[in-house]
Amino acid sequence: MKKLVSLLLVLVLAIGLLAGCGGNTPSTTAAPTTTKAQGLDIKVGLICLHDENSTYDLNFINGMKEAGKALGIEPIIKTNIPEGQECYDAAADLVDAGCKVVFADSFGHEDYMIQAAKEFKDVQFCHATGTKAHTEGLDNYHNAFAAIYEGRYLAGVAAGLKLQEMIEAGKVTKDNCKIGYIGAFTYAEVMSGYTSFFLGARSIVPEATMEVTFTGSWYDETAEKEAANKLINAGCVLISQHADSMGAPTACEAAGVPNVSYNGSTVSACPNTFIVASRIDWAPYFQYAISAAAKGEKIDTDWTGTLATGSVKLTDVNGQAAAKGTAEKLAEVQKALEAGTLHVYDTKNFTVKGEALTSYMADVDTDPEYKGDTEVIKDGFFHESEFRSAPYFDLRIDGITLLDEKY
Amino acid sequence: MPEKKAPLIHLTKRKVLPWYAAWGIRLAAIVAALIVCAIVTTVTTGLDPLSVYSTMFSGAFGTTRRLWITGKETAILLCISLALTPAFRMWFWNLGGEGQILIGALATAATMILLGTSLPGPALIAVGIIAAIAAGAVWALIPAVFKAKWNTNETLFTLMMNYVATQLVAYYVIVWEVPKGSGTIGIINQKSEAGWLPVIGNRYLLLILVVAVLTVLMYIYLTYSKHGYEISVVGESEATARYVGIKVEKVILRTMLLSGAICGLTGYLMVAGTDHTLTTTLAGGQGFTAVMVAWLAKFNPIGMIFSSLLIAFLSRGSGEISTAFGLNHAFGDILTGIILFFIIGCEFFINYKLNLRGKAPKEPARPAAEKAPAAPEGKEESHV
Repeated sequence: MKKLVSLLLVLVLAIGLLAGCGGNTPSTTAAPTTTKAQGLDIKVGLICLHDENSTYDLNFINGMKEAGKALGIEPIIKTNIPEGQECYDAAADLVDAGCKVVFADSFGHEDYMIQAAKEFKDVQFCHATGTKAHTEGLDNYHNAFAAIYEGRYLAGVAAGLKLQEMIEAGKVTKDNCKIGYIGAFTYAEVMSGYTSFFLGARSIVPEATMEVTFTGSWYDETAEKEAANKLINAGCVLISQHADSMGAPTACEAAGVPNVSYNGSTVSACPNTFIVASRIDWAPYFQYAISAAAKGEKIDTDWTGTLATGSVKLTDVNGQAAAKGTAEKLAEVQKALEAGTLHVYDTKNFTVKGEALTSYMADVDTDPEYKGDTEVIKDGFFHESEFRSAPYFDLRIDGITLLDEKY
Repeated sequence: MPEKKAPLIHLTKRKVLPWYAAWGIRLAAIVAALIVCAIVTTVTTGLDPLSVYSTMFSGAFGTTRRLWITGKETAILLCISLALTPAFRMWFWNLGGEGQILIGALATAATMILLGTSLPGPALIAVGIIAAIAAGAVWALIPAVFKAKWNTNETLFTLMMNYVATQLVAYYVIVWEVPKGSGTIGIINQKSEAGWLPVIGNRYLLLILVVAVLTVLMYIYLTYSKHGYEISVVGESEATARYVGIKVEKVILRTMLLSGAICGLTGYLMVAGTDHTLTTTLAGGQGFTAVMVAWLAKFNPIGMIFSSLLIAFLSRGSGEISTAFGLNHAFGDILTGIILFFIIGCEFFINYKLNLRGKAPKEPARPAAEKAPAAPEGKEESHV
């Protein structure tokens, strides 16, 4: 009994102390409000599908924080908002809180953003990765993306250099030079991504081939890990992925297979296998759109970030895994891309069913029948992200084998 | 022979407590939960717990819009809980709410997509409601038939049916996805609004009204109807039910049909009423949360209004915490977990008395002498 009483006493004391501490400390972290002392006088909100545990959303959150810092504003960030009515609710709630620009980061948010845009005419709604702004005809609804296929191409060049090094070291023969790629869905954004990555690798090692598998989810750690292991067991000597978890990079680290990542560096978890990663830096777009809204200027219906705007970025090359001279080669290729002397989807560099393309109608205007509506091959290359910001390259080029297409 | 020392703590079953004592214990539990939450908040984040609590409150009720959204979420959760309750009262563990909602949602989406251009508005709504209710009912009836005919385990069966429904939805999402490969359907009939429930006042009111009417009906059904009585008897003891001439199989089938039908209706309300889309995560685990809502209210439909409001409040509130303080959602979930732990845990102290050594009654305990009260916790035999 005595023990119990003393235990209770100690507990009460502890509670008292802690409660005291809690009461005494000034509340340093009040709800974020717009700082009016400096910077723009505007409130903005960001709607995220997941939270910072997803590399995809983290990339947006970091971009927004960076833009906020640069403009002197404190953005309101709502995380874990599903692709349903909750997105409209969150957008409307941000409008209630006084936001003049509302961003959303996930493809499935688009229709709910449009719904909100129709209702709140004096608020700008900016949706990343969406496809409908150019056909919706709303003044306050905008899409944005980046020419990430150029970043992927550069990442592919880094992969090609690594393959070349492995061939020269006798670890891989030219005939067995097979890349593995894990995609989420057979969606144009993914297809554009793996094709540009492959073309980058093939610009260094022309014999390279690639196998692609799909997980049916943007974030499924187990499925991505299993997919990576499946590809490694099937003889792939280098892996890259377009899905958001650490599943594939960690599987590569465990198997000692080089990995080219996406959305951000995975070097801390994969010091021996991470080569480089491409990512979209959203800060330039956020800055552009927020400044435009603050000044009352029109925001582009479709905004495509490029290498030049600082929207398409590569992480630092990991010297421990990458081939020698990778950084120098990447700088050289990047210069050519920016100068327009090199085009990723140059029709000289790929064939479809054994033939070079001279014409292709892409599905730029979203419709349930997936009808091609816009001629995208001109001047000898496929014009990606020009007729709308979101990618529409969905050709199946020779050299790439899709292992499954169920998604 | 030396006298054996009495144990430090021992428990005795309480007789039914007067209402004020029971609510006193519940109030004490909530206060204790808030104190523990305050400690956890201060220690782990350094935030002022009071400002965290007020943020939670404002997240759920702070603006007119938030009030309506919390109301809508309460209504949806209540609707699912209402659906599960008849089965639970029969001591039939319908853990398939999730799947029954999804299959109802799938049926609704199918009518909206396939008949959206060919049927006039009211007819499309009617077809949608019928399809959703029928789909939900069939999904619940399958495990019920197996239970009634071959006495299979309904807990596992209904649970497994969830996965089948989820995969069916995943399949049709890919069939109907726009654009190709995106894995999303988007808002169905966004331009024409065909098959959408009409907006009365605001987009949440109609849904709340439907669920309110359903709550009253369910209360009457369970408390005053012959069916409701039969459900209770079957729940108490199948043998007794048979003895008094109740056809147990019939009651099981009929009750599960009702349970599934209301789940299907919930799916309809979600697709035609609020979300206007179909995803595998549409039900979002609410089919399971509703189990807790129903238990918390001891399967009383009126009580479930409050337990579903509590859950909706906690979920909306913890969402706002993460936005306002830049914390991960997990933190809000921790607070929610602590609060629910205390609220559920306090029922133990309402049913049992804690005796400390020294104060313990001297005479030997007579455990089997007192019969358990009618509360579900007191039930000793189980049909699971």
